[in-house]
Amino acid sequence: MKILVPVKRVVDPCVAVRVKPDASGIDASGVRMSMNPFDEIAVEAAVRFREAGVAAEVVAVSCGVPASQEVLRTAMAIGADRGILVETANELSPLAVAKLLKAVCAEEKPDLVICGKQAVDDDANQTGQMLAALLGWPQATFASALDIVDGRVCVTRDLDDGREALRLPMPAVVTTELGLNEPRYATLPNIMKARKKPLRVVAPGELGGEPSVGVMTIEWAEPPVRRAGVRVESVTDLVDRLRAAKVL
Amino acid sequence: MSVLVIAEHDHRRLFPATRHAVFAAQQLGLDVDVLVAGCDCRDVAVSATALAGVRSVLLAEAAHYAAQTAENLAALVAAQAGPYSHVLTSASAFGKNLLPRIAALLDVEQVSDVCRILSADTFVRPVYAGNALATVRNANAKKVLSIRAAAFSAVEEGGNGTVLEIAASPDLGLVEVLRRDRRDAGRAELGLARVVVAGGRGVGSCDDFNRLLTPLADKLGAALGASYGAVSAGYAAPDLQIGQTGKIIAPDLYVAVGISGAIQHLAGIKDAKIIVAINKDPEAPIFKVADYGLVADLFEAVPALVAALG
Ligand SMILES: Cc1cc2nc3c(=O)[nH]c(=O)nc-3n(C[C@H](O)[C@H](O)[C@H](O)COP(=O)(O)OP(=O)(O)OC[C@H]3O[C@@H](n4cnc5c(N)ncnc54)[C@H](O)[C@@H]3O)c2cc1C
Repeated sequence: MKILVPVKRVVDPCVAVRVKPDASGIDASGVRMSMNPFDEIAVEAAVRFREAGVAAEVVAVSCGVPASQEVLRTAMAIGADRGILVETANELSPLAVAKLLKAVCAEEKPDLVICGKQAVDDDANQTGQMLAALLGWPQATFASALDIVDGRVCVTRDLDDGREALRLPMPAVVTTELGLNEPRYATLPNIMKARKKPLRVVAPGELGGEPSVGVMTIEWAEPPVRRAGVRVESVTDLVDRLRAAKVL
Repeated sequence: MSVLVIAEHDHRRLFPATRHAVFAAQQLGLDVDVLVAGCDCRDVAVSATALAGVRSVLLAEAAHYAAQTAENLAALVAAQAGPYSHVLTSASAFGKNLLPRIAALLDVEQVSDVCRILSADTFVRPVYAGNALATVRNANAKKVLSIRAAAFSAVEEGGNGTVLEIAASPDLGLVEVLRRDRRDAGRAELGLARVVVAGGRGVGSCDDFNRLLTPLADKLGAALGASYGAVSAGYAAPDLQIGQTGKIIAPDLYVAVGISGAIQHLAGIKDAKIIVAINKDPEAPIFKVADYGLVADLFEAVPALVAALG
């Protein structure tokens, strides 16, 4: 069984980004970049299946700028066997990425695709579901538990008011919730080993062309800033102030 | 040009988030229809006809809509979408699961988490955990939008739409839903509650989470929420998580107990009118956004607060 894991290079989740003074975009100069944390969880889940002998191969795929090779190396340091970079400098939308991934799936023929549920930069939460739709495969989003039993995928999904258990035939697409696992730290020997693993760079042209993007950001703004209010002295002080503010 | 809003429901009642999505749809200035797909759910369709300004309610009933799977619902919506210029749902777990599948079947992009509608093709949405607001222009033939329910009002009653029965699409049979555990909905719905009390890792245990916070929530008529710290430690259920990757809330009053105030948590509470923080660490980042901060041990402060509320 082969597992494909799409991974995205994003601004590190610990960084509070700022909008450029001219409102033209995010000030990303000198900002630390890393693998989208939900994708790290996806890689970890896939690697555990390989370690358990359930999967034979884990392939990490990224779509984007040349520096995305770094996140593919990170995925390989966690344990992915090889990497594919669909290299483009152009802006991609979730649908565009899903189309490129569909073309990669046509070549690689994975049995399972495990995606992060959302990327922490655009917070779109779309790519996995779109890929499943384009492939006509079943989907299980927001997985907080994932197993493969008798050749079928068993998933517990987190919902707004509880959870549900699904069973899907393969091939299928699963997207990861934060609670699915805690990704391991890549050790130095594994980081070294990852440098020698195969990484193929392909152009969108080799995959049927670069999909067009029809949603453009025309303006960036910072949200209204919240300021620290007052420190209250005691519980009674707090209650008095809440009553005065008419929220009680 | 007209709008199709996909209703979220449990086959018996329409969920409040749909009322907010219909309100957002009306900002587009177009006719609004609602689609109800389910199993024995005519009552839901009838209640949707009562929403002010709704033209028609499309009702598709079939046993294979009982589990509300994205595969079957997306196929139905894609088949019905022809006449509509816009397709909307709320950005709930239901909408997040379903809507991108619909957009991809229609071969158009989706705009997620819309918090303001500026025109029929221009929308504002938060990105980077709410640290930036992006105004986007959508040139796709159809606009597929998920709506941040807490950013819009709920539509009033007083409509007189009609129910139109439509044919169900075939069962794709792609997934089996083995089990569904719904938490009982006794308490106010977290996503839209006017008052929210939330606990963090500082609360220390599942027992204390319930023992300390439930009486406070009861006193305030509040929904209960949690940080991911509390969820990952097993003190609170995952559906209570507030934040970038959990629920986004905009209550009049938010009380954070034993929550440090990580960027990802703050993303979910930025639009609260008043934030109260109770934390024993005077340096906790939550105090940078709190309107009222109480530096105290929560194990003393919370029971004292319950008592002071009378
Ligand atoms: C990709 C990603 C997505 C995430 N999404 C979310 C999200 O949606 N929502 C979310 O909440 N988090 C999210 N997180 C996690 C987030 O980064 C923080 O780890 C989390 O919010 C911390 O939870 P906490 O504040 O409860 O715990 P901590 O940071 O451990 O804070 C506990 C607080 O309790 C206080 N405390 C301890 N004991 C007491 C006491 N006796 N009395 C008073 N105060 C006390 C401490 O001073 C401390 O400030 C995400 C993280 C990642 C990487």
